[in-house]
Amino acid sequence: MELNNSKIKIQAKNLNVYYGKKQALFNINLDINQKEVTALIGPSGCGKSTFIRCINRMNDVIDICKVEGSVEIDGAEINEKNVDVVTLREKVGMVFQKPNPFPKSIYDNIAYGPIIHGAAENKDQMDNIVETSLKKAALWDEVKDRLNEPGTSLSGGQQQRLCIARALSVNPEVILMDEPCSALDPIATAKIEELIDDLKKSYTIVIVTHSMAQAVRVSQKTGFFHLGKIIEVDSTDKIFKNPANKMTQDYITGRFG
Amino acid sequence: MTKEQRLKKRYRAEKRFKMYGLISVSLAVIFVLILVQNIFSKGSSAFSRTMIEVAVNYDSSLLELESPINQNSLKDADFYDLAVESLLKIYPAKDSKEERQILRLFSPDYEFEIKDFLIKNPNKIDQIVPVKITASDDIDQLNKGNFPRDLPEDRRRVSNYQLNIYDNLIEKEKIDKKFNNYLFTKGDSRDPELAGIGGSLMGSFFTIIICLILSFPIAIMASIYLEEFAPKNKITDFIEININNLAAVPSIVYGLLGLGILLSVMEFPRSTPLVAGITLSLMTLPRIIIPCRASLKAVPPSIREAALSVGASKFQTVFHHVVPLAMPGTLSGTIIGLAQALGETAPLILIGMVAFVVDIPSSPVDPSASLPVQVYLWSEQAERGFVEKTSATIMMLLGFLIVMNFIAVYLRQKFEKKWN
Amino acid sequence: MNSLIAGVILILCLSSYFFGRSEARKLVTQNIKLKALPAYYGYYLSLWCGLPALIIFGCWSLFEPTIIKVLILNNFPQIESKDLFYEQTLSFFNGNFSGEITNEIKAASIKYSSINIIAQNSKVVIIAAALIGSLTFAYRKIQNNNKARDDVEIILKVLLFTSSLVAILTTVGIIVSLLFESLKFFSTINIFEFIFGTSWSPQRAFVRDASAITPEELLELQDAFGSVPLFAGTAFIALIAMCVAVPIGLFSGIYLAEYASTKVRKYSKPIIEILAGIPTVVYGFFAALTVGPFFRTLGESMGLTVSSESALAAGLIMGVMIIPYISSLSDDVINSVPQSLREGSYAIGATKSETIKKVVIPAALPGIIGSILLAVSRAIGETMIVVMAAGLAANLTINPLESTTTITTQIVMILVGDQEFDSPKTQAAFALGLTLFIATLILNYIALRVVKKYREKYD
Ligand SMILES: Nc1ncnc2c1ncn2[C@@H]1O[C@H](COP(=O)(O)OP(=O)(O)OP(=O)(O)O)[C@@H](O)[C@H]1O
Ligand SMILES: [Mg+2]
Repeated sequence: MELNNSKIKIQAKNLNVYYGKKQALFNINLDINQKEVTALIGPSGCGKSTFIRCINRMNDVIDICKVEGSVEIDGAEINEKNVDVVTLREKVGMVFQKPNPFPKSIYDNIAYGPIIHGAAENKDQMDNIVETSLKKAALWDEVKDRLNEPGTSLSGGQQQRLCIARALSVNPEVILMDEPCSALDPIATAKIEELIDDLKKSYTIVIVTHSMAQAVRVSQKTGFFHLGKIIEVDSTDKIFKNPANKMTQDYITGRFG
Repeated sequence: MTKEQRLKKRYRAEKRFKMYGLISVSLAVIFVLILVQNIFSKGSSAFSRTMIEVAVNYDSSLLELESPINQNSLKDADFYDLAVESLLKIYPAKDSKEERQILRLFSPDYEFEIKDFLIKNPNKIDQIVPVKITASDDIDQLNKGNFPRDLPEDRRRVSNYQLNIYDNLIEKEKIDKKFNNYLFTKGDSRDPELAGIGGSLMGSFFTIIICLILSFPIAIMASIYLEEFAPKNKITDFIEININNLAAVPSIVYGLLGLGILLSVMEFPRSTPLVAGITLSLMTLPRIIIPCRASLKAVPPSIREAALSVGASKFQTVFHHVVPLAMPGTLSGTIIGLAQALGETAPLILIGMVAFVVDIPSSPVDPSASLPVQVYLWSEQAERGFVEKTSATIMMLLGFLIVMNFIAVYLRQKFEKKWN
Repeated sequence: MNSLIAGVILILCLSSYFFGRSEARKLVTQNIKLKALPAYYGYYLSLWCGLPALIIFGCWSLFEPTIIKVLILNNFPQIESKDLFYEQTLSFFNGNFSGEITNEIKAASIKYSSINIIAQNSKVVIIAAALIGSLTFAYRKIQNNNKARDDVEIILKVLLFTSSLVAILTTVGIIVSLLFESLKFFSTINIFEFIFGTSWSPQRAFVRDASAITPEELLELQDAFGSVPLFAGTAFIALIAMCVAVPIGLFSGIYLAEYASTKVRKYSKPIIEILAGIPTVVYGFFAALTVGPFFRTLGESMGLTVSSESALAAGLIMGVMIIPYISSLSDDVINSVPQSLREGSYAIGATKSETIKKVVIPAALPGIIGSILLAVSRAIGETMIVVMAAGLAANLTINPLESTTTITTQIVMILVGDQEFDSPKTQAAFALGLTLFIATLILNYIALRVVKKYREKYD
């Protein structure tokens, strides 16, 4: 099968996550393939965001959050003390549910990552990075004449693409997307979906979504979460046409959730 | 630069940045500790007073008493000769210069202390009784260890002769320390050992009471109006801008207001707690209105709707439901405003509260000082004894402020309901 | 006398409350339907009884002394120093005058006693009339069973509104008192001399008679009031203070908002805020008696001459005083920067400090600037620290080890003790006060606007 041919990029093993005393994820085992889109679905509060935040260790930011178990990227454990989160996050970019451009110009929004990582040696290189990132995010044509305007002056959909461009600017290998379209209208959503389709040629993408249709449209593999447990993972085709689990069936047909 | 080097550099920057923050917080905390330690170490000795025990001969022939001997005749009598005679007996003096030095070991009030003792114990007349008399500031400081003894004589305030007497008295166990009640009961004085904060304490008390009486009701009414009744219009906006700006106007400007209008136009009495209270209440008013409004605003609209829906009028709603709920916040804001007013000095100086007042004021229209002004006045004095008095006054002042702030915090935490 | 009148009015108010309430209850027992609770009829009667009388009483007491003074002085047009004369008359009347008793004083005092009696009597009569009149009026109204509640509420509302007007009145009072004296000052001293002159020595400005300044005196006065050294000193000390307060305050605010554990935050925040609650006279004492001498001995040991009242000591301590204003305000504004911005920055691999420096602080900048402006306004208006620790000599210097003086110091120095009113020296203090008021007003206004705009952005 196609699945077996793909190389595994990220592998979560026996992952448990706690917020204080409350356990949010139970024994998660999940493989994510390289250069493919993996969708995570499940009812609200089931731990999807918590899971993808484990992949770039964003949960470190939350004081009360404790992560146990292992996550490997390219076979290297990331949950160890000596792993450098800064380098990790450079490799694993993230796009959030609500667009969060910095209160800076469009240009500076993109340039921020390369500057802190020292990716550009001079102004020309930086211009180049900004242009390619914006082009990859399909935003260049809309903003090329107004790079000095604040990022917050863009529309919601444009802002979200700006955030995608910002994530691309440091050349990550993995992009995590937490409901990237939930704040957007159908047209902007369509644009972003198109973009995701395009990006999967060079990046490994994990996307959390509440829309079954979106999962079907963009992803090759889907995982279904429920109450902090992973119920079923399989190719998207299989999950939506012929799920093995009754709960998955109920969820995708809209009987609960 | 390789990737690793760069990363190392970034982490060093991170560490440095965090260190700056930690250093800043520590500096601020350390400063508080230094300040408190400094004041306490200087001020704690002011709470005791050095006494010298003298055998006083209450020889009635020296008093020229009108018979019969009773409290009144004793009160009228002149004790100076009697006092001097007994005091000079503590050590042999060979000339009048040395005699004067002996007398200067005692506070200038010795005559009255000796007199008061007899008035309290009239049966001791014509007897020789040991009486404890307040030592002069120099001996007091010497006894507290604040004057170095190894300086050359001309740079010391205490002469060799006086030192000899002091050592002799110590040997005979005639020198003693007792709790300094003068600090709380006496008014100001030019002699540190006799100076007390009784007057400024009363002055501050009257000032704060007047400030409270004037500012609290007006502040509450103004906040109720602005929060509950005011229409959204230019006048309301203007009042708001006024209040916010007044809260940040330097306090000395209020002093000029008090001087220019209360004293020179309205001709209120100078140097009195009355004027101080009015001036400070104008200053405190906006500072109280702001928290009062905040606590009124914090009462959720659902309470108002509930009251209105059972047919209460707008006034009844506000006064029966909203105001009582907002009371803890209002009170705590008021107490904090008053605490600021209690520590205020500059405006009081301008309205003349820096006068030297010996008498303890008995009403708000008597001239008086206030605690912070007393600190200012005494800090200008050269005598070492005033330094400890000043520090002790500061300790009292800080004590009051701490208590007030605690009450305010307590009120807020205990009674303020957490909405939502 | 006055307290007696006030007492009578208050007692009448109270009793008319109970009277009104019982009257209303009587109506109820007669089965007449009231339009408000009986208590409202009590309030109504009581307000009507008290308010007019109290207003008349207040106004009367306020204006009586001035009117009597004018009435008496009109009889003695030949007297020159009228205020002094009137004061002497009063103290003679009260029996504690020690000086030469002139015939005029005697005559005036007799006049005073007769006017005083008339005034007292008519005051009592008028107030009594007001009491009776308003009470009867209100009583009639009650009998007609009017809507007591509405009326009471209208009166109360007016009362509430009036209270909020006190804020405006205070501002007007400040401006009038400052302007009035300043204008007098600028009528003798050229305003440009005041603003741009570089020599300040008001002790030279001795005038024998303020109402008749001789040309020589005027010439002497003109260059005694150049306030540039004061402005410079004020700015200089404020600058030193800000050099201490801004870094420490800002870094403390950042540390407390971003790094500190809840426990550290819980204890260190209130301790830092103690600094804001300590009266400034305490800082002044500390600066003058501990820090100043400390710097001097330190300087001596390094071979420097340090004045014991130095700009450095005053500025340093003022900076310490200001730390909590900056730290708690910037802590607030930093906390109100949305968490999503921080996460966005972490997600591209920024370290915490990079996130703070490049994302959080730029986002919080308006709020931080606002808090710094407020702190500057506090620094230039601060009085006691500089009075006690900065010195009195108006040096135009930028050496922080020398003594400098400030606007507030000079105001205090001029006005402390006995002032001769109406002399240019006293008026100069008000002119300085006006300058200070305008400067802080502008700073506060800008700061409050900036902070408000910022709050609106993220709320
Ligand atoms: N910062 C936090 N502190 C405490 N509990 C949290 C925190 N974040 C999430 N949780 C809890 O962890 C559980 C999983 O939350 P998570 O945000 O991962 O859900 P989700 O699947 O992303 O939901 P949604 O679809 O609504 O975004 C929830 O029960 C939530 O209450
Ligand atoms: Mg989520």
